Amino acid sequence: MRAMVYRGPYKIRVEEKDIPKIEHPNDAIIRVTTGAICGSDLHLYHGMMPDTRVGMTFGHEFVGVVHAVGSSVQNLVPGDRVMVPFNVYCGSCYFCSRGLFSNCHNVNPNATAVGGIYGYSHTCGGYDGGQAEFVRVPFADVGPAKIPDWMDEEDAVLLTDALPTGYFGAQLGDIVEGDTVVVFGAGPVGLFAAKSAWLMGAGRVIVIDHLEYRLEKARTFAHAETYNFVEYDDIVVHLKKATDYLGADVVIDAVGAEADGNFLQHVTAAKLKLQGGSPVALNWAIDAVRKGGTVSVVGAYGPIFSAVKFGDAVNKGLTLRMNQCPVKRQWPRLFEHIRNGYLKPSDIVTHRVPLEHIAEGYHMFSAKLDDCIKPLIVSTPA
Amino acid sequence: MAEIPTPYTAGKPGLKESKEELRGRIPGWGADLDPADRPSFPREQPGIETGAHWDFPERQNEEWPRERSIEHAFVTPVFGTSTPPAGVSGAIRKYAYARFSEGRAAHWLLLIAADRVDAWEHHLASLATVRPDNPVTETGVLSEFSRHGLSSRLGKKRADVNHQWIDPIVVGGPWVLAGLGGVAAVRALRRAAGRK
Repeated sequence: MRAMVYRGPYKIRVEEKDIPKIEHPNDAIIRVTTGAICGSDLHLYHGMMPDTRVGMTFGHEFVGVVHAVGSSVQNLVPGDRVMVPFNVYCGSCYFCSRGLFSNCHNVNPNATAVGGIYGYSHTCGGYDGGQAEFVRVPFADVGPAKIPDWMDEEDAVLLTDALPTGYFGAQLGDIVEGDTVVVFGAGPVGLFAAKSAWLMGAGRVIVIDHLEYRLEKARTFAHAETYNFVEYDDIVVHLKKATDYLGADVVIDAVGAEADGNFLQHVTAAKLKLQGGSPVALNWAIDAVRKGGTVSVVGAYGPIFSAVKFGDAVNKGLTLRMNQCPVKRQWPRLFEHIRNGYLKPSDIVTHRVPLEHIAEGYHMFSAKLDDCIKPLIVSTPA
Repeated sequence: MAEIPTPYTAGKPGLKESKEELRGRIPGWGADLDPADRPSFPREQPGIETGAHWDFPERQNEEWPRERSIEHAFVTPVFGTSTPPAGVSGAIRKYAYARFSEGRAAHWLLLIAADRVDAWEHHLASLATVRPDNPVTETGVLSEFSRHGLSSRLGKKRADVNHQWIDPIVVGGPWVLAGLGGVAAVRALRRAAGRK
């Protein structure tokens, strides 16, 4: 089969690989029909995530058709069209049995501090991902679900990570009616978090980014107020003024490690690897939220320490809430919202890149060329 | 703005828009208004339906001794089998897992170091194959031409432009240095051969 493989920082190529095989009775092998590149994949691509091995196939956002199933699989048969949450999880451990699917304890021998994620380094379990023609899906009776007949395939692929993560980020904010919500980052997750904040009754939603085309999307798609932080000497002071000197009730960090906006942070983190990322967005979130407010973190952070202004969070009496999203818990409600016309996830898709051209897709997405917001990976035409 | 801003007195700032205005402007506004009626509330829901039909999963076969965190009691029943550890990078990785817990910086810094070694092991090994690593195609840098590299950056007030000039140096620099080193080595060998 054809699959993208990592060749070292900033370098990937498409190679011929063996089709994955059933390795456990509850495995399924899925033939991928649509995949995507996620902003989190860029951390791998930049060599920021420990134990990212040359030869690994990335990709944790994919939908496809069941190609083969293991002997204990009860819910799927070959030919089923399925969507697969980015979490690899068992459904039966202490954490899964309480709904913390993203914190599964049975699927990642490499680390206890993170669950399993497809194509996301050995730190997340060493599973090859879905930027390939085929992918192994463990616990096929637990993770994947059949794509409803009424659902568009591109909406389905966005339901594997980006939309649930944004929606989950808004939930972690514990938004109550009338709250002022600030979202850092107008990428896919930030856009969905902003949109979700309205569903939860926000009175005002403000989105911050430095890419004008993404802010435009935040205005049109997420109905948000927007500010480009490059235009302000100090975006935190601006936000204080914009909120009558109070600060926001809730701030959502949808940026994660490797935030832009501070040259020194970028060099020490991304270039010199002295930090696990540049936590500019998280520090802005801590600064911009009101005392007693909530900071929700759904941006991706790795296991290496980052210079976070924790004292401010303590002294302001903040609630910090964060996690990887337990995707499948969000699906029933999100399906409802899509059917009701409140959400149309595929509206944010800007590019459809054939698998064979994925190296260009990664560079375009990483360098933010061509007004790219969300690139999907489509099957290479024969 | 009020004469005395909000935080200095007890009141909350007034809403910019009424509930009706928000409902009219934003499809689905307030659909999830009740915090207790959201999918991830409460955070932990013992007994949640997952589809699992086992108490403890059957164990996947270990094809090679699987490296694992020493914070785990054993190798988890299911695990990824991509890219087993090999070579010098593999030795560093195995050591990092066997010796240091996830709580130790050394664990992660060794893994990052192993990643760099891994990349160069493969770059060098690729030179002996019919498909050597190609920094031009593998970085996707040609999309700078097909995807409006210049116009995507110029006059856009982007914050990342201030460090993007470093990227080609960081990514391409080692290749240039390795190339120059190779040329120097060949010359030195030639000179040594010429002196015989």
